Amino acid sequence: MTLPTLDLVVLLPQLIVLTAALLVLVVDGLSGARSWLLAGISLVALLAAGAAAIWLSLQPGEPRRLQAMAVADGFALLFDVVIVVAAVLGVLLAYQSIPRISQQVGSYYALLLLAVVGMMTMGAALDLIVVFLALEILSLALYILAGFNRSEPRSAEASLKYFLLGAFASAFFLYGAALVYGATASLNLEAIAAALAGGSRSPAMLYLGIALLIVGFGFKVALVPFHMWTPDVYPGAPTPVTAFMSAATKAAAFAAFLRLFLTALPTAQPTWSWALAVLAAVTMTLGNVAALRQRELKRMLAYSSIAHAGYAAVGLVAGTAQGAGAVLFYLLAYAFMNVGAFGVVAALERAGEYDVARGRLAGLSERQPALAAAMAIFMFSLTGIPPFAGFFGKLYVFGAAVAAGWGWLVVIGVINSVISAYYYLQVTVEMYFAAPAAEAPAAAAAGKKGRAVAKAAAPSPAPEEGKAAPAPLSRATAAAVLAAALGTVLIGVLPALLTGWIAQAVQGIF
Amino acid sequence: MQLVLFFVLALLAVAGAVGVVLSKNAVYSALALLLNFAVLAVFYIMLNAQFLGVVQVIVYAGAIVVLFLFVIMLIGGQLAPDALTAGSRRPARVVALIAGLVALAGLAYGLVSGALAPQTGQVQGSGSVQAIGRVLFTDYLLPFELASVLLLVAMIGAVVLARKPTKS
Repeated sequence: MTLPTLDLVVLLPQLIVLTAALLVLVVDGLSGARSWLLAGISLVALLAAGAAAIWLSLQPGEPRRLQAMAVADGFALLFDVVIVVAAVLGVLLAYQSIPRISQQVGSYYALLLLAVVGMMTMGAALDLIVVFLALEILSLALYILAGFNRSEPRSAEASLKYFLLGAFASAFFLYGAALVYGATASLNLEAIAAALAGGSRSPAMLYLGIALLIVGFGFKVALVPFHMWTPDVYPGAPTPVTAFMSAATKAAAFAAFLRLFLTALPTAQPTWSWALAVLAAVTMTLGNVAALRQRELKRMLAYSSIAHAGYAAVGLVAGTAQGAGAVLFYLLAYAFMNVGAFGVVAALERAGEYDVARGRLAGLSERQPALAAAMAIFMFSLTGIPPFAGFFGKLYVFGAAVAAGWGWLVVIGVINSVISAYYYLQVTVEMYFAAPAAEAPAAAAAGKKGRAVAKAAAPSPAPEEGKAAPAPLSRATAAAVLAAALGTVLIGVLPALLTGWIAQAVQGIF
Repeated sequence: MQLVLFFVLALLAVAGAVGVVLSKNAVYSALALLLNFAVLAVFYIMLNAQFLGVVQVIVYAGAIVVLFLFVIMLIGGQLAPDALTAGSRRPARVVALIAGLVALAGLAYGLVSGALAPQTGQVQGSGSVQAIGRVLFTDYLLPFELASVLLLVAMIGAVVLARKPTKS
């Protein structure tokens, strides 16, 4: 019996992050949890993993493989970059707020890094078993992160709800994978494609399997009607967790979604693209219409993230290399703008608060002009107004769909963008034109850029709900919001920097 | 011989499954589940998957059913009988019955028409411990390692959730 040779370089980004996760746990146990050290290790490891991914993607020649299980092609590595962006911003946001709600800071960073390992592996996986295990790693870590605020019952509710529905969705995914295995006698994506090339012997089993796989993925990216958990989990989870999971989970799940459907199941495309087109149309519409009525920021962003999953799914419906590249671009833009928007919410949040009412934004442009400007950028970008990243994301996704003959879907998408403009722009209007509420003086006093780790702010004399004033904006949060705003603008101004790279990278999955 | 054995065991398995659903006492349900699991283990062994059969007995029949029984004992064996049998559940039952019958009809049709016929492939080696171990440490090494990462996540999570929340 010969032992296999393993090309572990394929998993270099994952291994760096995994090592850092273990290191964080050890350091946490040793030195009595220096918060900056733990965050520093996490940040360095994430940046190193991103650099490793970029280095690997610049290697000439055929992409390297780890047996038939994982591959380090441009597609996987660019998704690694998207996940790293979301995770770096997530760590920066967590730096201030997580020590306020929990003393287990080390576990927080370790779980976040382990979730990143799972997410990166999703994009690289060539085998349904690997996809499933990676999905479980990231899901399990996120279930716990969502419930990290132990003193807040709604956080526990979010965690439990996410866990129960997520376990249900995992079972659907697993059943789907088993049926596809039954129909094709393989779990390897390329072998599945080869087995289906000459037509399937058991189409019923195959299509049932595909349908169940769509349910499983649809849950993870929050496509309607598998979105029910989102409006409860996103507001309930601590804001840095919400920021991280909203962008990174979508990226990871779409990476595996794209690779599975475009590599393994292209022969069944006429069937699944119709199913997905209907889901995408319903998702966009319901997400946006529901977001219109929300008076709280996190809940509004939760519905908006459902709508954005719909936009991204349009690129998958197209089913072409152009469409896959558009999804990748969209998710990168989304990572910057959505995590940035949640970062602003985190900056406005008060200790022990469930969600941020939209009225809090009134007069923000006077109290914290920089924060208001950043929020305006994110809102414009999420709406899809040029010259921000979100515009080109939508442009490429819709362009790919038109090129593949899905005109009606694009019409629905554009109508939805107009609907979404209402609530996104209303946020901007409130920041710049609404009269500040009575709480303004107290907040303005505390509004200056303050020290890094803020203790739970002292109860201010007379804010309307009698709750604590928002903590001063920490440097880490400010850095995260600034980086996200810069990314949003830079991608929007110079999209051509990325498009060529992406177009080349996605060739690998066909 | 095998066919006779199969039908006898299949009858037992179905009886166990029906028992899980029909018995009013949760303890009896758990015990019926045990019967079902044990018979499934025999099926695995008949299919030449010895390892799976043994794991089925150890993990499902052993660990999981014991866990169920512990939970049932802790929350009380007489699980609010009226909640399970009340008339308010009737619409749900009808829907579940119809859905089950549709699924059964679909399955029967698929099997008879051949649309659900599984791919037949050469079974490599057998379900013995050696064969599984060999595959697990060669071809499926990455999933094996990923499973260990998964367990690590679960462990950290258990520690996080088990600690008492501390207010700062």
